[in-house]
Amino acid sequence: MSKHTPFYGIHKSLGAKIVEFAGYEMPIQYTGIIDEHTAVRKSVGVFDVSHMGEFFVRGKDALEFLQKTTINNAAKLKPYEIQYSAMCYEDGGLIDDLLVYRLENEFMLVVNASNLQKDFDWLQSHKFGDVEIENASDRTAMLAVQGPKSLETIQQLTPEDLSKIKYYNFRQNAFAEMQMIISRTGYTGEPGFELYFNADEAQAKKIWDSIFEAGKKFDIMPVGLGARDTLRLEMGYCLYGNDIDKSTQPLEAGLGWITKLDKNDFIGKNAITAAKKEGLKRKLVGFVLQDKALARHGYEILYDKKVIGKVTSGTYAPSLQKGIGMGYVETEYSNTGTEIFISIRDREFPASIVPLPFYKKS
Amino acid sequence: MNFPDNLKYTTEHEWIRVEGKFGWIGITDYAQSELGDVVFVEIPAAGAKIEKDKSFGTIEAVKAVSDLYAPVTGEIVEVNAEVKDHPEIVNKDPYGNGWMVKITMSNPTEANALLDVQAYKTLIGQ
Repeated sequence: MSKHTPFYGIHKSLGAKIVEFAGYEMPIQYTGIIDEHTAVRKSVGVFDVSHMGEFFVRGKDALEFLQKTTINNAAKLKPYEIQYSAMCYEDGGLIDDLLVYRLENEFMLVVNASNLQKDFDWLQSHKFGDVEIENASDRTAMLAVQGPKSLETIQQLTPEDLSKIKYYNFRQNAFAEMQMIISRTGYTGEPGFELYFNADEAQAKKIWDSIFEAGKKFDIMPVGLGARDTLRLEMGYCLYGNDIDKSTQPLEAGLGWITKLDKNDFIGKNAITAAKKEGLKRKLVGFVLQDKALARHGYEILYDKKVIGKVTSGTYAPSLQKGIGMGYVETEYSNTGTEIFISIRDREFPASIVPLPFYKKS
Repeated sequence: MNFPDNLKYTTEHEWIRVEGKFGWIGITDYAQSELGDVVFVEIPAAGAKIEKDKSFGTIEAVKAVSDLYAPVTGEIVEVNAEVKDHPEIVNKDPYGNGWMVKITMSNPTEANALLDVQAYKTLIGQ
C-alpha cells in the first residue's frame, strides 16, 4: 500500500500525473515538465517533497556520533547552519547524501526517501554513548519554494526577514500562522527555501493555499518530480540511486569538497584515503550531446569505439534545449573538452565533456 | 482527451488517416499525454519504406523514449518538418499540425483491419 503525503488530495485535484516513488504516490508533473522547469528558472515554483526523510539526533554525544557517521565536518556547524554531507560504508561506498541541520540542542538529518529505512537502521547500528535517533519522517511534511521570485512570494507569510537568511542557514519561526523550519536550501540552483512542518492535512492545505495566493502575481506553479530531476541535473547535482550508490565513492563522484579527510576518524575514511593515494580510476563527468538526441541512465559511453563508462543520469535540459547527462568515465578521458560518444539504440552520438554546472545564470 | 472518429488506431497508440492511396500517421492524444513533453522526433526521410508493426522512428520526451510503429506497410512521401523543428506541436495538436509522416500505402485495404475509435477507446480504458 503506497503512502501519501498530506498534499496528495491537492495533487489529485490539480490533475497531476501520479507515480510511485520511494513508496509514495507522488506527482511527476502537473501541466508539463518544461513549463514547470521554466517557472522555477524564471519565477517561482512549489514542490511537495514530504517524502524526504527527517531524523533528529539528540544526546550529549550527538556531535561526536555525526562526526563518526558523516563525511563532512559537522563540528563546523553553528546553530541554524546547514551542511551538505554524506554517509559511507567502511569500504567508502556511499550509503546516502544528506543535509545536516544544527538546531539549538539537537541535529536534524534530511535523507533521501528511497534510503530512509536503510539509513535509519545503519545509524542505529552504529550508535554509541548518549545518542538518541528519532525517525520523524512520517510526522514531518516538506515543501520547497524555488525560483527568483521565491523570497518575494513567501516573505508575505512570515515575520522572519528572509533576506537575512544566508544560503545553507535556517530559522524557526511562524509561517502562515504555523511554527516551522524555514531553510534557505534547494535542489534547483535557484534562490529558494525549504519548509519543514507538522504533517497535518488541514494545516498543509492552509500553507499550500497561502503560498499560492501570495505567488499569484508571479504565476506561481506546482512542480513535480519530473522537473525536479531536470532542474537538479542542469546543476550537475548528484541523485542517489543514479549518480551515486554503494558502488561509488565520494571523491570519484566529485564530492571531495564535502569529504573531510583531515578530520578525525569517520566510517569509510581509510578506504577513501587509500583510493585517493592510488589515484582515482574514474570520475563523474557531465556531457552535452551535440545532436538532437537524449542519453538515459545505463547507456554506454564510448571513446574511439571503446566503452569507457556508463551514463548515470541523462535528460533533456530545457534551459539549454539540448540533451545532457552525467556518467563515470575512466580518468584519462575525463578532461573537459574530451569528445566522447553515447551509444543510443545502437548508434553512436557525439558528445563533449563539459564543466558542471550545465546551466549558469546569465 | 480527444479521439477523432475518422481515424484508424493501433494498439501502439498511432493513428492513421486514409485518403485514397495516401495515409497520414501520427500519435494519439493518449500517447502524447503519457509521454509528456516531446523534445525530439526522429523519422527517416521521404523515400524510406515502412513495414506494418515495425518501428520506423522514435519520439524522445523529457522522461521517456518511445518507438513509432507503422500502422501499415508503405513508403514515406513526406515528413512533417514542423515536428522536427517544433516537436511540442505533437503535444499541442497530435491529430493536426502534429502529424509525423505522409505515406503511400502498399495495400490501402490494410488499414481496414486497424482499430476504430470505439475499439481504441476501449483499449485505453476510456
